[in-house]
Amino acid sequence: MTTLEIKDLHVTVETETGVKEILRGVDLTVRSGETHAIMGPNGSGKSTLAYSVAGHPKYTITSGSVTLDGEDVLEMGVDERAQAGLFLAMQYPVEVPGVTVSNFLRTAKTAIDGEAPKLRHWVKDVKEAMTSLRMDSSFAERNVNEGFSGGEKKRHEILQMELLSPKIAILDETDSGLDVDALKVVSEGVNRVKASSDIGVMLITHYTRILRYITPDHVHVFIDGKVAESGGPELAERLENEGYDRYLTAQV
Amino acid sequence: MTIVTNDTPAHVDPQSRLATVPDSSRASRTASFDPADFPVPSGREEEWRFTPVDRLGALFADGPASGHLERSVQLPEGVTLTDISGEQARSLASRPPNDRAAAQAFARSGGAVRLDIPAEAQLEDAARIRLTGTGGEPVFGHVVLTAGRHSKATVIVEHDGTAEYSEFFSVEAQDGADLTVVTLQRWNDDSVHLGQHQALVGRDASYRHIVVTLGGAVVRLNSNVTYAGPGGDATLLGVYFADAGQHLEHRSFVDHNEPKGTSLVTYKGALQGETARTVWVGDVLIRAEAEGIDTYELNRNLVLSDGARADSIPNLEIETGDIAGAGHASSTGRFDDEQLFYLMSRGIGEYEARRLVVRGFFADIIVKIGVPEIVDTLMEAIEEELATDMGTPA
Ligand SMILES: Nc1ncnc2c1ncn2[C@@H]1O[C@H](COP(=O)(O)OP(=O)(O)OP(=O)(O)O)[C@@H](O)[C@H]1O
Ligand SMILES: [Mg+2]
Repeated sequence: MTTLEIKDLHVTVETETGVKEILRGVDLTVRSGETHAIMGPNGSGKSTLAYSVAGHPKYTITSGSVTLDGEDVLEMGVDERAQAGLFLAMQYPVEVPGVTVSNFLRTAKTAIDGEAPKLRHWVKDVKEAMTSLRMDSSFAERNVNEGFSGGEKKRHEILQMELLSPKIAILDETDSGLDVDALKVVSEGVNRVKASSDIGVMLITHYTRILRYITPDHVHVFIDGKVAESGGPELAERLENEGYDRYLTAQV
Repeated sequence: MTIVTNDTPAHVDPQSRLATVPDSSRASRTASFDPADFPVPSGREEEWRFTPVDRLGALFADGPASGHLERSVQLPEGVTLTDISGEQARSLASRPPNDRAAAQAFARSGGAVRLDIPAEAQLEDAARIRLTGTGGEPVFGHVVLTAGRHSKATVIVEHDGTAEYSEFFSVEAQDGADLTVVTLQRWNDDSVHLGQHQALVGRDASYRHIVVTLGGAVVRLNSNVTYAGPGGDATLLGVYFADAGQHLEHRSFVDHNEPKGTSLVTYKGALQGETARTVWVGDVLIRAEAEGIDTYELNRNLVLSDGARADSIPNLEIETGDIAGAGHASSTGRFDDEQLFYLMSRGIGEYEARRLVVRGFFADIIVKIGVPEIVDTLMEAIEEELATDMGTPA
């Protein structure tokens, strides 16, 4: 049983016109086995939340806390957070020229487990996971994300989630840029991991579309750097019909 | 005819954005065996403007034959190494020296070493020459390498130790020959090495020239190619890694003076440490008679720390419209912190992540190099460079 606890998190970024506060007191708790959908308009700070938890150096935490089973996540290096069981599927995965997917996956697995995976099992696991995500085996020898289409990059993120077995995964707009078929494939991947493990999922999305395939236990509306409302799956339906206008006007 | 310009937008040295056509044609540059034909460089000359010439005085100066490097040689059967006179060497040289340092190498070496690969020899093992500097007097060297018709061979010249060294290396790949020359600079950090590697590529011959420069305070190598007949193929590859205090300069000049030839120039370098300095200048001249040729040159630099500086300048002169292709790409980019974050967010430690990125940067050129023992040496050396500069993992 794992708990990721985000408390009153305030985060700023350095902009050309000075320091800008983006997260303004986020409270959120994700436990093993739970799926939380974080929904909000463009620019509301969803990715900032994801990156801040993962430890991207661009973001400065000005106050608040993030803990994983009581351990201070903010004190950990980026790699240590991943080793502790956090995973971030990025909205815009990064290309790494000259590093093959297979080398990358093996290196990451070794780093997370603290020992190299048994070769035979590993090769089989990678193959199976790739097959179920409908990724051609040739991707293993391609360079990480280089020349991948938007949808291929997202599948590659979910492939990593499947293989690295995190305790808590943050999926930042994994659904954006996917056609319906790819959305199904990726959702199936997430559901497979949910079914076979006790993973907690924080599913960041702009649209309700993916929630037809991945059922959330909790839905949070994210507005202007904090959670404006939380509820069950019915909240997503309401957002589907009404959009975010209600929250945005309420703010003024 | 296609002219491809592929400049990556980020962090490009403005000078490298376009292939400039030099003020005066490369064809008009002085070439002579007589040092007196070259004034001592002041550093203001176009071709010396990046070089710390004040550290090179001993190699520009007149004087008698001077010090020497310790030489150990491993030759496959059939390959011969003989001492020849300056006169003989001169008659074998494909083209004369192009600058004062190379002219002094010819004039002050007191004769040359001739390495001969017989016609049709198919060598499994590389011919190796290891040259070790032991300090002391400046050294002037002259090597003449001939690869006979339809021979196939690899020659590896390895430099280490401490020396002030200027060399003139004259290569002939005769018709149909398949020749790979590797020059490995693993000097101590107080060494100075100037060189001109001048190759003549015969009809349908294939010439690969591979430069690996890791050590030395100042290293400046000119790797040049001309053709003796149509259909010659030249591949010039270079890898360099400059640390603080090192000036590593690589220049190439491919003179397409025959039809149907091809040339591919690819140099990649990494710089680490505040005062690390690299220069790449790639000149290509396509003469009117060089119809149907195809050429491409590329230089990429990866800057790993603040204060390091890489210059990258492709020069393309085209005198005929009838070519198959001519292109170039050049860029200097900083180490990408987003790549580092991505790898580390998958649990990979910083040291290992940096290593992956740097190895990845060199991966494509290492595949092109293809000489397994050189690849291994190079990978090990890169690992060492990274380990000393970044501190080994905790
Ligand atoms: N370096 C920066 N300079 C200026 N503004 C920034 C910077 N980084 C983030 N921001 C701003 O912070 C806000 C939140 O950005 P963030 O990417 O977290 O939003 P998001 O909710 O993920 O949006 P989207 O739905 O478009 O992905 C935006 O207004 C963005 O412009
Ligand atoms: Mg976002």
